[in-house]
Amino acid sequence: MKTFDLAVSTVREFNQALHDEKNIVTEKEWAATNPKGMHNIAVGLDADIAVDIHGHAGYFCAGMNKTAAVTIHGNAGQGVAENMMSGVVRVKGDASQAAGATAHGGLLVIEGNAGARCGISMKGVDIVVKGSIGHMSCFMGQSGSLVVCGDAGEALGDSLYEVHIYVKGTVKSLGADCIEKEMREEHIAELTGLLEKAGFDEDPSAFKRYGSARQLYTFKVDNASAY
Amino acid sequence: MCGIVGLYLKNDKYQNSLGELFEPMLIAMTDRGPDSAGFAIYGDEVAEGWVKLTVRHVEEDFDWATLADQMSSVLNCKVDWMQNANVAVLKVNSDEASARACLLELCPEALVLSAGASIEILKEVGLPENIASKFNLSGMKGTHIIGHTRMATESAVTMEGSHPFSTGSDLCLVHNGSLSNHNRLRDKLKREGITFVTENDSEVAAGYLTWRLNQGETLKEALEHALKDLDGFFTFTIGTKDGFAVMRDPIACKPAVMAETEDYVAMASEYQALTTLPGIENAKVWEPEPATFYIWERK
Amino acid sequence: MSNEKNISLKESATFDRSTMAEIRRAAETGIYDIRGFGAKRKLPHFDDLLFLGASMSRYPLEGYRETCNTSVVLGDRFAKKPITIETPVTIAGMSFGALSANAKEALGRGASIVGTSTTTGDGGMTPEERGQSSKLVYQYLPSRYGMNPDDLRKADAIEVVLGQGAKPGGGGMLLGQKITDRVAQMRNLPKGIDQRSACRHPDWTGPDDLAIKIQEIREITDWQVPIYIKIGATRTYYDVKLAVKAGADVIVVDGMQGGTAATQDVFIEHVGIPTMAAIPQAVQALQEMGMHRKVQLIVSGGIRNGADVAKCMALGADAVAIGTAALVALGCNDPKWDDEYKAIGSAAGYYDDYQDGKDPAGISTQDPELSKRLDPVAAGRRLANYLRVLTLEAQTLARACGKNDLRNLEPEDLVALTVESAAMARVPLAGTTWVPGQKY
Repeated sequence: MKTFDLAVSTVREFNQALHDEKNIVTEKEWAATNPKGMHNIAVGLDADIAVDIHGHAGYFCAGMNKTAAVTIHGNAGQGVAENMMSGVVRVKGDASQAAGATAHGGLLVIEGNAGARCGISMKGVDIVVKGSIGHMSCFMGQSGSLVVCGDAGEALGDSLYEVHIYVKGTVKSLGADCIEKEMREEHIAELTGLLEKAGFDEDPSAFKRYGSARQLYTFKVDNASAY
Repeated sequence: MCGIVGLYLKNDKYQNSLGELFEPMLIAMTDRGPDSAGFAIYGDEVAEGWVKLTVRHVEEDFDWATLADQMSSVLNCKVDWMQNANVAVLKVNSDEASARACLLELCPEALVLSAGASIEILKEVGLPENIASKFNLSGMKGTHIIGHTRMATESAVTMEGSHPFSTGSDLCLVHNGSLSNHNRLRDKLKREGITFVTENDSEVAAGYLTWRLNQGETLKEALEHALKDLDGFFTFTIGTKDGFAVMRDPIACKPAVMAETEDYVAMASEYQALTTLPGIENAKVWEPEPATFYIWERK
Repeated sequence: MSNEKNISLKESATFDRSTMAEIRRAAETGIYDIRGFGAKRKLPHFDDLLFLGASMSRYPLEGYRETCNTSVVLGDRFAKKPITIETPVTIAGMSFGALSANAKEALGRGASIVGTSTTTGDGGMTPEERGQSSKLVYQYLPSRYGMNPDDLRKADAIEVVLGQGAKPGGGGMLLGQKITDRVAQMRNLPKGIDQRSACRHPDWTGPDDLAIKIQEIREITDWQVPIYIKIGATRTYYDVKLAVKAGADVIVVDGMQGGTAATQDVFIEHVGIPTMAAIPQAVQALQEMGMHRKVQLIVSGGIRNGADVAKCMALGADAVAIGTAALVALGCNDPKWDDEYKAIGSAAGYYDDYQDGKDPAGISTQDPELSKRLDPVAAGRRLANYLRVLTLEAQTLARACGKNDLRNLEPEDLVALTVESAAMARVPLAGTTWVPGQKY
C-alpha cells in the first residue's frame, strides 16, 4: 500500500504516481489522506489498481476513470466519476451534483445521497444510489442503469433516451418523455444484479421502473411545448 | 462568478474567534474569485438610539478624529470612531439618515460601505489573503459573518463592485452566479427610489431585497418574491442583524454546501472552505435544495 | 427575380418572397426551420477594410527573397507541448456525423500537408481523422458524445467548447437521417433519432467552475497539451477575460458568420456579432490583462481569402480557423452537382440543408453511396492548395505593408470603407483620422 498525505503532497504528484501505473502495475493498493475537498483527485486513471481516499473529495474525483477501483471514504463534490469508462467508483458518503455525468461504463455506487443531475447524459454507466437523488437526474440519459433506493427529486429522466431507471421511494415528478414502465422479469434480474454488485440488501420487487416514452425521439409539432 | 462563504454562530462559544475561524474559509475560495474580496461581520452592536457606519476613504492616513469631532458638533451628539486601514467604523448617537447626511456634507468623498446597529462591511480589490490581512480579519469578533471572493463577469473590477452589497440597514448579500434580467429590474428599482453605485447584477439583487423589506415585508416574504422575480443563476447568502439566510435558484447549478453543528451553521461554495472548522468531521453536511431558502436567526 | 415583365409589381422589402415562403413553410409544418451553413444575411465584414500598402513612409518587402513568417506557436501558457502551426489558418471543429468519414479524412489530409491543425466535432474522434491529422484538436463539448480519456490523451490540444458563432447559447443538433449505425454507436444513441445536444456542460456552469474543469483535463493529460476555450461571439470582451481567468492557453472566438451543421435558422441569423466586431473586443480584453500574444487568439466566422486572414491578424488575432470555406474547397456546393442539388430543391451555391444528409457532393452526409463520391486524397489535396493560397495571399499583403511576420500587421495598417466597419473594427474611416466612437 502506497499512501500520499495530500496535506504534504500535491494532487498533481498523486495523480502522476497513479498514471505511472498505466503500463506496469507496481503497486495494487493506493491511498490518499487529508483530501479536504481538493479537486480532481485520482482523475484519468487507467490501471487495475485500488485507490482509497480518506476524507471528503472536491470536484470531479475519479473523473474519466478506467479500470481502477476508487473509494471515497467521505463525501464527493460535483461531477464525481464524470465520464467514467469502466472500473468501480464508490462514495461512502454523499455525492454532490452531476455524479456520474456522461459516464460511459463501469459502476458508480453512492452509499449516501446524490445531489441534482445525478447521471446527467449518462452513456452506459450503472449508477446505484443507496439514498435519494436530486432534481433533473438522468437528464438526457442515453444508456446504462440508474438505481435509487431512496427518493428522486423533480423532473426525473427528462428527455430520456434508453437508460433503465429503478426507484424504490417516491419520485417528486417525472421529466418530459419519462414514464413509469412495467417491471418485467428481465428487469428484476437486471436490478437484482446491480444491487448485488453494489452490495445493497434491497428487495428488487419493491422498485418501480421508469423509462423513455420515446415521443421526443423525432421532432413532432405536437410535442412543441416540450422543446 | 465567485466563491461565497458564511459562518453563523448558534451560541457564544466561538464569538471571540469568529474572524480566526472565518479567515481560512475566505482564503480557500481564492481560485473562484481572485479579483476582489470582502466580508460583512456582525457583532459589537450599538445601543438603542445609535447607528454604526462603516466608512471608506481613499487615503490611508485620512484624519478620522477631526471628522468625528466635526460630526459630533454638527449633529450635537456623541460620535465614537475606530480606524481599520483606510476604513473607519463611526458610531453616532443619532439616526442613520442624519448621520449619513452629515457625513455627506462634511466629507462627500467618503463612501458608506454599511449602516446599521451591528453590521460592518469591509471589501477591497485584490487577493482574499491580502484583504484579510489588511483588515486584520483573524482578530475580529462577532456573532456571524459572510464573505465573498469575486471573479468579475461583466461589471468592472473595483472596490465598489466587490461584494458584500449592503441591502439596507444591517442587511447584506453575496452572490455566486449570473442574473439575466437585472438591467430592467435595476431601472424599475431606481424609479422606486433605490440607489445603485455599480452596474453589477448582484447589487440589483441586494437592491431588490432592500425594496421589498422597505415595503414592510419580512425577509422570508422578500426571498419568496425574489425567487419569482430574479431570472438567471444564483446562490445567495444574506446576512441580517440577527441571523443569516441561504437561497438557491430553481436551476441550482451554482454550487453550495452547508454544514451544521451544535455550535454553528456554515455555508460555502465548495466543501474545501469548510475543512478548517472545529468539529467539521462530525457536522451535518448537505447541499441546499433548488428554489429553496434557509434562514437562521438568533432569538 | 426582376420586375421587368410588369414594372407596376412591387415586392415588399419587409415581406419579400423569401419571408413569405418561410411564413407558408411555418404554417404548414408547425416547426422552426432547421438548416446548416452560416448566416446568409449581409453583415459588416472584412471586405469593408483596406490595407495601407507601403510607399514613402514605409518600405515593402520583396517576395521570395525577404521572408515573411507565417508560423505560430499556440498554447505555451501552461502546456508542456504547445502546437506549432506553419500557417495561421487552422481547420475549425466539424463532427464526424455532420460530415462523412471521407470528408473528415480529407480535412485531416489537407491540413497536415500544409502543417496546420484540424479539429474534431460533436461526436468524437475517428481513427481516420486521427490517422490523417498531424495536429488534431479534440473538442470537449456539452454532449460529450464519444468523449473518452484515450482519445483525450491522443489529442494534440483540447478545445473546451462553450459555444459557436452560428448559435451562441444553443446546443447542437443532428437529425435522424444522419444517425447511422456508426454515428449512433459512437454517440451511444438509438439509430435514426433526432439528436439534440445540450447547450450547457453537464458538470460545470460558469468560469469559476470551468477553472476547476480545465484543471481536471490538465490532470488527466498530465499537463502535456494546450487547452483552448471556444466561444461564440456575443459579449466577447467579458467572455475573453473570463476565459483567461478560467485558465485557457488559447481562446477561439467564432463570429456570427461561422457555420453549423444544423441549427434553427432564427439562431443562425439573429444571434451573435460579426467576426470583425468581435476581434477588437477580444484583443482589448487580452491587452488589458497583459495577455495578448501570451494567450493566443484564434478567430473564425466567414474567412474566405488571404485578405480576410491578414485583416484578422492585423486586428490582433494569432491565427484564424475556417470551416465553411474548407468545405467549399473540398467540393461543397460545386456547380458540377447542380442538377442533383436542384433535384432536392436547392441549387449549387445555395445548398444549406446539411441536416438532411443528402449532400450530392458527399460531404455533409452519412449515405455510403454519396460519401464515396468524395475522394479523401484528392479532396485533401484541394484543401491543401487552398490553404496555401490563403497563406500566400496573406503574406503578399503583409510584405506590402513591410512586415517580416504576419503577426506584425497592426490595426494602423488598416482603414475602413464604411462608418459602421470603422466603428466595429476600430480603425479610421479611409482618408480620415476618425474612428467612430473614439476621441481623437
